[in-house]
Amino acid sequence: MNRRVAITGIGVVAPGGGGGTEAFWSLLSEGRTATRAISLFDAASFRSRIAAEVDFDAAAAGLTPQQVRRMDRAAQFAVVSAREAVLDSGLDTGALDPHRVGVTIGSAVGATTGLDVEYDVVSDGGARWHVDHEYAVPHLFGYFVPSSFAAEVAWAVHAQGPTALVSTGCTSGLDAVGHAVELIREGSADVMIAGATDAPISPISVACFDAIKATTPRNDDAEHASRPFDRTRNGFVLGEGSAVFVLEELENARARGAHVYAEIAGFASRSNAYHMTGLRPDGAEMAEAITVALDEARIDAAEVDYVNAHGSGTKQNDRHETAAFKRSLGHHAYRTPVSSVKSMIGHSLGAIGSLEIAASALAMEHGLIPPTANLHEPDPECDLDYTPLVAREARVDTVLSVGSGFGGFQSAMVLTRPERRPAS
Amino acid sequence: MAEMTLHQLTRLLRECAGEEEGVDLEGDVLDTPFTDLGYDSLAVLQAAGLIEREFGISLPDETIAEATTPRLLLAFVNESPSAAA
Amino acid sequence: MTDSRTEPPVFTGMGVAAPNGLGTEAWWRATLEGRSGIAPVTRFDASGYPATLAGEVPGFDPKRHIPSRLLPQTDHMTRLALTAAEEALTDAKADPEQLPEFAVGVVTAASAGGFEFGQRELQALRSQGGQYVSAYQSFAWFYAVNTGQISIRHGLRGPSGVLVTEQAGGLDVVAQARRQLRRGSRMMVTGGVDGAICPWGWTAQLSGGRLSTVADPARAYLPFSGAARGHVPGEGGAILVLEDAGAARERGARVYGRLSGYASTFDPEPGREGEPGLRRAAELALDEAGLAPREIDVVFADAAGLPEPDRQEAAAIGRVFGPHGVPVTAPKTMTGRLAAGGAALDLGAALLTLRHAVIPPTVNVARPADEYALDLVTAARPGPVRAALVLARGQGGFNAAVVVTQ
Repeated sequence: MNRRVAITGIGVVAPGGGGGTEAFWSLLSEGRTATRAISLFDAASFRSRIAAEVDFDAAAAGLTPQQVRRMDRAAQFAVVSAREAVLDSGLDTGALDPHRVGVTIGSAVGATTGLDVEYDVVSDGGARWHVDHEYAVPHLFGYFVPSSFAAEVAWAVHAQGPTALVSTGCTSGLDAVGHAVELIREGSADVMIAGATDAPISPISVACFDAIKATTPRNDDAEHASRPFDRTRNGFVLGEGSAVFVLEELENARARGAHVYAEIAGFASRSNAYHMTGLRPDGAEMAEAITVALDEARIDAAEVDYVNAHGSGTKQNDRHETAAFKRSLGHHAYRTPVSSVKSMIGHSLGAIGSLEIAASALAMEHGLIPPTANLHEPDPECDLDYTPLVAREARVDTVLSVGSGFGGFQSAMVLTRPERRPAS
Repeated sequence: MAEMTLHQLTRLLRECAGEEEGVDLEGDVLDTPFTDLGYDSLAVLQAAGLIEREFGISLPDETIAEATTPRLLLAFVNESPSAAA
Repeated sequence: MTDSRTEPPVFTGMGVAAPNGLGTEAWWRATLEGRSGIAPVTRFDASGYPATLAGEVPGFDPKRHIPSRLLPQTDHMTRLALTAAEEALTDAKADPEQLPEFAVGVVTAASAGGFEFGQRELQALRSQGGQYVSAYQSFAWFYAVNTGQISIRHGLRGPSGVLVTEQAGGLDVVAQARRQLRRGSRMMVTGGVDGAICPWGWTAQLSGGRLSTVADPARAYLPFSGAARGHVPGEGGAILVLEDAGAARERGARVYGRLSGYASTFDPEPGREGEPGLRRAAELALDEAGLAPREIDVVFADAAGLPEPDRQEAAAIGRVFGPHGVPVTAPKTMTGRLAAGGAALDLGAALLTLRHAVIPPTVNVARPADEYALDLVTAARPGPVRAALVLARGQGGFNAAVVVTQ
């Protein structure tokens, strides 16, 4: 038995527009940017004061006051996008065997924003090391251990199958979905609600990226601050959001007449074992992950129609990634369109991998490759076709989406149309 | 504020980034690249942050990137206008 | 010829940092002797908090165990994890450099990350300002830190991962390691080492409502007893080396036991009717191992130490094995509950039980409450053990079960 896995539902909470998958896609397809001056807190004293924020109204998004109170912003995003994904898939979760439905949610930094706020209270503004537990909110434990995010989503969709939070830094969004694919393939579940979320726009996150100068200080030009592959790039722009998918065993999905966005045909991850934040310039580990993912999908480099890049906009990342594409795709790297949606929605850490899978699936759906915004002067060392500024119409049957994260994680996923792969 | 010395710099590096085995920070390390002393870019950033706060100065990003040896870093520190001055 | 990919993988290495012993040997000796590591907190002054006891790893000198360059960038729990990982790889006599590139990966469980490190940086931020936050904060506290640091220190470039399922994580990661072996890796470093014994971590754990506020170390954590009042938190855990059976045979590795079965389930949401998922996890794990309940010689219990979850667990064990149907033990009564490290340490104990043919005891519980109908092992019990079931539950509804066999 060879079980295959299809994406049959997509739910998104993303910066720019009114939220939801539709607004997300119109932003990307029009090449608009959602980066702006930080409004979620007073960022005046920080080096980088720009972010791509979600205009999120929890009540309007259907959360109850109790849910809003007990959940961190990131958990709220996850539950809202999981509901949208289920609705989009047409699945009646109430009619499914809950034991066969599982959940994997990725997050790099969990409830870091909620923790930041609560710490400020119990420590009296950092005045006391022996923080006052009597001022702690009852839901602090749910912030403390972010598996609460996966639990919230499982409750929302009535899942009782394998459930976990995946936290591999900035590859969490790819790895959580990759993990869910494995669970369906091995037969541990028939349906997985899988995706990722992060809401890191808080003083502690901004400060820690300031300290290593990973984020851009282009504060006077927030709209154009995220500049992947551009010669003038000088760091990433922090983002937030969530994307969650309904993944189903392909034959089940077909049998119920579900709309299949894409098959997840290959996934692999490797570690650079090099540095917690640094990258080996040759991109060997990312290249290996790409090669293994393509092998698993039984897809040749020549068949890849679009490469959805990590493209964070830091000096080292964009060169590392360009090297990895050349190493794994050979001369095809030069003829395959590449783009980074981080140019428009920023870098939402663990969530971005899932938002990029969503962008990839929607590119297949609409026959349109989203652009890399703000790319006016390519870095001479980044010499591939990064689809600058304007989306490009093209038939997209196969997408390679990659990610790279602190801790040395390098991941690659291959999406394709199921009919392109012969049954084995 | 008085000039920063090599001794102060190595003490500060040791304090905020530890010490690589087999490296003698007391030796003649003025022109030894930080990477050969076992300090990666994060260690240098961490030290630079501490220097900025202790000496009340501001080191531009490019300066820190160019300061690949103790001599270069000390020169940048000691040439930069003190915020207190 | 058997395909080594379908043959159960084997455990070939173990490293331990536990409140009742640093290093596998010291910990196992203490465990069999029933020596507890639960005592008043020393890592900070806990006298102002309702809970004052913890399981802290004894005799750990960071300067001796961890290279100087790593000290400023690691939380205490990461240092413990690095120490355990080194012991596990040494124990496995594994030299990753002799294996093909990308053949060895790391999957560890996490719960709250480097929380003490995080508290220091939050304090710097809030009391002094953003520019006082460490350059190491960007990764020293986050959940992926142990996997990343272990992979870097030992040059492990294979597939890596991190799972968070509260206390169930120590088992879930072992299954994830097995998936990577099935997909072609030769060896995986897995398990979990954890801890958040700092005021901020204490406050967060108190808010979970499960900490015991009893001040007597011998009376604070009494799972399955009528006097159960919550648990004592601890630090530490175990790192295990899980290896493809064929690869282990080829290099003549010494084997602790086989990973024969695993399953994970999630409880019905609050307010929804239905049995908790623990029994189903146990049965699915037994099914996968191809074993009947009577073939299991011992169960390592999750042992929450509160009446409701204890009752649920006893009911699950009773439904699978019958009343008093299997020896049940909770050596975590000597360590406290170690969050993401707890189930990994239980798995280590289960493996040594297979090897040494003696079941470690549950301490401080003279006898379990009658209503639970458990054969609770309260003194080390010698006798052959061919198969062990390890159970773990994570707050929120996570259940995991693992079967290990000789």
